[in-house]
Amino acid sequence: MRIVSRETIHRAICDAIREITFNNDPAVITGINQALATEKNELVADVLASISTNNTIAPEDQIPLCQDTGSTIIIADIGSEVIIPGACLQEIADQAAAEAQCSIPLRASIVSEPLFDRANTGTNSPVILHINQVKGDKLQLQIAQKGGGAENMSFLIMFPPTTPLQTLKDTIVSRIIETGSRACPPLIVGIGIGGNFERCAYLAKAALFEPLGREHPDTRYAELEQGILDEINAKGSGAQGMGGNLTALAVHIIYEPCHIASLPVAVNLQCHAHRHTHIVI
Amino acid sequence: MIIHKLHLPLSNSDISRLKPGDKVLISGTIYTARDQAHKRLIAMIDNGEVLPFDLSQSALFYCGPSPKAEGKVCGAIGPTTSSRMDGLTLPLLENGLKVMIGKGERSDQICERIKAHGAVYLTAVGGISAVLSRSIVSCETFLWPELGAEAVHIMHVIDLPCYVSVV
Ligand code: SF4
Repeated sequence: MRIVSRETIHRAICDAIREITFNNDPAVITGINQALATEKNELVADVLASISTNNTIAPEDQIPLCQDTGSTIIIADIGSEVIIPGACLQEIADQAAAEAQCSIPLRASIVSEPLFDRANTGTNSPVILHINQVKGDKLQLQIAQKGGGAENMSFLIMFPPTTPLQTLKDTIVSRIIETGSRACPPLIVGIGIGGNFERCAYLAKAALFEPLGREHPDTRYAELEQGILDEINAKGSGAQGMGGNLTALAVHIIYEPCHIASLPVAVNLQCHAHRHTHIVI
Repeated sequence: MIIHKLHLPLSNSDISRLKPGDKVLISGTIYTARDQAHKRLIAMIDNGEVLPFDLSQSALFYCGPSPKAEGKVCGAIGPTTSSRMDGLTLPLLENGLKVMIGKGERSDQICERIKAHGAVYLTAVGGISAVLSRSIVSCETFLWPELGAEAVHIMHVIDLPCYVSVV
């Protein structure tokens, strides 16, 4: 057994939130800069240049990459050997998010009840926490700030299992193109396939945090990812919907077993302010 | 790409020279308003109250800034999705609103009304808060502080970069 203290986790989460508030995913920074270097259209280049500049000056000026500092999302893989004495992870995460909100400061963007009062919690918590128990003695945390704009454009479809692959692709691509500039492209597209209704949504979220440029271990899915990416970019919607061939930087799929009657597909969109990090305690 | 340097309030001739796709560097006084602030402004109009600022003399920025860190002029600034305000825009256009700044496409009906009122809808790039924040000279809560990020903030801006979307 390995004891990990509440303080260690609290500090690690606070530090991670501070880090991602100002620093974009380096692979996104590279992707934007590469597109900028070859962009011929003046307007599109202007948009890409402003995103590129933002990635540079946000850490310098200590101004958050985006004013929507998001919901805090944490995917925790807790090793079966790990013990956290005297506190549950949700409590630790919520307190860390509240501290980060106050000290950085972040925008308080969470309401305590969605329909009637929509009163702000004022602390940017609770955190949306997913816990997986895994083998081992490590605590791994994927920590992200997820803005509302891209999240609102995400979707889930329960397809019939006999749906032709091309129909599935076309549906996903056209739904993404319909979102125009509202999800702040260039996008990262997370797709969950299989599981069930709620599980595929979780898989789509988890897919966003896979490293950009990683290769899918199953070549059929690798091809599908590339096919969807190419089709999205061929539509010419582009950065912020201003045109050009960089609507999406990457498509990541995670699949899982599912019921014989089902083909659940969830698509979670991530904007170019791709604020996430992976820490191992 | 044509770049216009404009100072608020915009005159009809300023607006008539704008074309979709032009860049605008806007200076002057702007007010932030998101969903909740829109609801409250419209409730004031419905009750026959005088609005606390003149919609025709400034711009509405669909924006919920993040709080200022100590020693900073402002927090992070940037546009939110404008289409959420589509159902709440007509009464404001009818009360003189001339300039809106946000992100994303708007409904056909609102685009048509924007044109009919001689107004303009500008888009700012989403997710470039550090860049936009360099254009902010001051940012203070103006109305309804209890709404937090959704309150109306008054901002003085110099050369805030936007693009003409609907005119
Ligand atoms: S979608 Fe992303 S970049 Fe755009 S406003 Fe929301 S958080 Fe910011």
